[in-house]
Amino acid sequence: MSVELPVLKKSDFQTDQEVRWCPGCGDYAILSAVQSFFPTLGIPKENFVVVSGIGCSSRFPYYMDTFGFHSIHGRAPGIATGIKMARPELEVWVATGDGDALSIGGNHLIHLLRRNVGVKIVMFNNRIYGLTKGQYSPTSEVGKRTKSTPFGSIDRPFNPLSLALGAGATFVARTVDIFQRHLKETLRQAVEHEGSAFIEVYQNCNIFNDGAFKYMTEKESRDTQSIQLEHGQPLVFGKDKSLGIRMNCTQPEVVELGDGLGPDDCLTWDAHDPSPALAFLVAQLSPPDFPTPIGVFRSVSRPAYELASVAQVEELTEQRGEGTLQDLIYSGEAWTVRQDGTVVSGVEEA
Amino acid sequence: MTTRITDDKEVSERQVELQKMGEVVVRFAGDSGDGMQLTGNQFTSTSALMGNDLATFPDFPAEIRAPAGSIAGVSAFQVRIADYDIHTPGDAPDALVAMNPAALKKSLADVRPNGIIIANTDEFDERNLKKAGYETNPLEDGSLEGYRLYTADITTMTRRALEDSGLDLKTQDRCKNFFALGMIYWVYSRPVETSITWLKQKFKRRPEIAAANVKALTAGYNFCDITEAFQVRYEVEPAPLEAGVYRNIMGNGALAIGLVAASRRSGLPLYLGSYPITPASDILHELARFKNYGVTTFQAEDEIAAVCAAIGASFGGALAVTSTSGPGLALKSEAINLAVMVELPLVVCNIQRGGPSTGLPTKTEQSDLLQAMFGRNGDSPIPVLAASSPADCFDTALEACRIAVKYMVPVILLSDGYIANGSEPWKLPSLESLPDLRTEFWSKAEGFQPYSRDEKTLARPWAVPGTPGLEHRIGGLEKEDLTGNVSYSATNHEKMTHYRAEKVRRIANEIPELVVDGDPAGDLLVVGWGSTQGAVAGAVRQARREGLSVSQIHLRYINPFPPDLGDVLRRFERVLVPEMNSGQLALLLRAGYMRDVISYGKVQGKPFFRTEIYDKIKEILEAPRDVS
Repeated sequence: MSVELPVLKKSDFQTDQEVRWCPGCGDYAILSAVQSFFPTLGIPKENFVVVSGIGCSSRFPYYMDTFGFHSIHGRAPGIATGIKMARPELEVWVATGDGDALSIGGNHLIHLLRRNVGVKIVMFNNRIYGLTKGQYSPTSEVGKRTKSTPFGSIDRPFNPLSLALGAGATFVARTVDIFQRHLKETLRQAVEHEGSAFIEVYQNCNIFNDGAFKYMTEKESRDTQSIQLEHGQPLVFGKDKSLGIRMNCTQPEVVELGDGLGPDDCLTWDAHDPSPALAFLVAQLSPPDFPTPIGVFRSVSRPAYELASVAQVEELTEQRGEGTLQDLIYSGEAWTVRQDGTVVSGVEEA
Repeated sequence: MTTRITDDKEVSERQVELQKMGEVVVRFAGDSGDGMQLTGNQFTSTSALMGNDLATFPDFPAEIRAPAGSIAGVSAFQVRIADYDIHTPGDAPDALVAMNPAALKKSLADVRPNGIIIANTDEFDERNLKKAGYETNPLEDGSLEGYRLYTADITTMTRRALEDSGLDLKTQDRCKNFFALGMIYWVYSRPVETSITWLKQKFKRRPEIAAANVKALTAGYNFCDITEAFQVRYEVEPAPLEAGVYRNIMGNGALAIGLVAASRRSGLPLYLGSYPITPASDILHELARFKNYGVTTFQAEDEIAAVCAAIGASFGGALAVTSTSGPGLALKSEAINLAVMVELPLVVCNIQRGGPSTGLPTKTEQSDLLQAMFGRNGDSPIPVLAASSPADCFDTALEACRIAVKYMVPVILLSDGYIANGSEPWKLPSLESLPDLRTEFWSKAEGFQPYSRDEKTLARPWAVPGTPGLEHRIGGLEKEDLTGNVSYSATNHEKMTHYRAEKVRRIANEIPELVVDGDPAGDLLVVGWGSTQGAVAGAVRQARREGLSVSQIHLRYINPFPPDLGDVLRRFERVLVPEMNSGQLALLLRAGYMRDVISYGKVQGKPFFRTEIYDKIKEILEAPRDVS
């Protein structure tokens, strides 16, 4: 018997709640992408759960007409882990920000990734605290002047992708709020991945950190300042793909193609490499010396945590038989006190 | 006449006096590695099979292996057996087995005057005496004159018994606890068979180890039989226990089984999110073994993730539990408040220990009561229940789950190190007697409102993901009545605050009437809660036998209080509140009932002695009355 799935539209995923991000915020673009992407998956609407922590991005669930949980600061990975373990068939997503995921929730993030819980994490990175009105975040650059760092931040920032790779994440990607097609394509690959997916989305905060990613999002500079990683393809970029990245011993370098140098001389991207070493190296590439890489850095197959947990329950149940309350209570070293007061070892029916 | 155990037959020997005792308290004390917990458990199992009522109390160091021979490294196990119904492991040991000087030093003050002390002289060498802080050997300097001291070269004699065993000396020495157990078995007229059966089962794959321990056990037994030093043996007859099936159970074990029982009776899969912490870890350990009961356990990266995962599982439709102790409860408080706001069922088992901060991890206290009541931001009432004994942890766990699911609230269940690790016989319930906790998820899409309420309980619908048409959002921001949308409305916030409080208050409608032990009115009422029940009951009954007008009530429900508590308090001239903290329940009673109560706190990391409460009762009732 085939089950006919309802055909869903973008509007099916929009709630009646007024969206309250600042006009011009990059979050709108991400929301729109997700709302138009979810209906294409063939998954019943009631099976989506969107979980978040605290911050501007964490308002996301209120605007998605799915099951949603706006939890507490940094703890969305914990909540999502519980949902996914209890109900592995659900499609569980986490919307989070650089502060929520990397500051207060850093511990939960790395542990979710190391366990490979089948939760898709979309981390909006605007390199600033928006909701609390403009303090520096764990991804803000050194020297950043904000309300809490009037003389410049002295913190060295996290590279979120390196952190995820270091935690053993099985799917790691980066995309940009306004690159709608790339964003949706990245989400699609994340959905198809079994286990954890970590997606960093560069997102512009036009109030407190406007233009943080302008260097690579403007039409004129987009081609030279960013490079798309595609599995099996060489690392080439620039107008007319005239530039490439190749390895010089252990160091990557940018080379001009032509004059005897072709794409074959460049690094060929392998997202499925069992070793995360090269992905880590490429995740470190940044301006001014390199274009900013976007796309899927790593996608390797490992058993999902929640399925392993269910499998263990099933295996033990198979081996030992389904436990009954009688077995549970009447186990251990029992003794019976008879009506006449005598005592015997073991369970004796009255 | 006594009997000595030989390979096949029992040989009658010399005449010794046999004295009947109503009850006996024995404490086994030694180094952490001496196997005292195991020895105590064996004595307990054997006594259970003889039909005694019993209660046990282990006391072990926080360090896994503190330096050998040091006071810090002493591990002890106290067991009380009786021919009548008892509720505590006893105040003062009648007999102390001291495997080394440190064990003697640490326990001596507790032993009753003229009590028995069995000391392993082999360990009383200069080095060990110094480690224990003895300047001279207490076995020789006359300082133990007020006791009946029996010395034995337990290590040497164990080695001698095992010289043909082929085992190395280290392995031989590990049998010395069974030699000591054999001695105690002789003194208290216990058969050795139960332990022999246990050893053979335990070391099924290593028969040489089983045989060595059996040999040590019988050697210890026979040593007492031969030595003229022991002129008296004691006997404790069976207690008139109600007919039924029993097993000896520790509080954490009973709690774990109670949670699984609640899962079965509700039809909801059990999910435990936990992080290891003393003395709560055994709940995680126990439940992790129950996978074939459909139990999912999750050892999270920290206390916060543990409770958050449980909340997530609850949203998904599981019976969700988290277990912890004081410092962990503090870490969980924000998430527990989230559960208050989103109104999802959650059971938080807090096994209290000495605080504040890391405090006394392996010692007991009841000092998290106010944290459980008030340790959250905002107006945040939560039902709080307390278990009163190891076996009662089973019933309290079921009740906590019942309330959580029925009222859609987080519930805090308080236990403590004393009952978590202490044990008593548990009369196993018939399955039919367990409450029916069946519950239904919301399924009707038409007119669904996530914050609509049940008229009677004020519970909101449990609408789990995967149910078509029930898509909705919950979260920590204030919810609008009915719709559950985010709301900053002033009047709505007041209304919702009222709902959250009223929901908890209404639980009181189901709380059974208080049972007053003793006269329903009188001079003094002793109000206990949690693990003090046994000590309070013993003290109050003793005082009453001596003609004092004193009664007892014991609280399982702390929030809300039983509806008749105010009436009961008013019927007594004075109220005494003993608790293992500096007066936390006393504060609640004063605030809730405008009743001045006499607070009696004990914060020594140790449970109350019955005599302490008894003395307090006498002091209050016999003091000259202020008539001004």
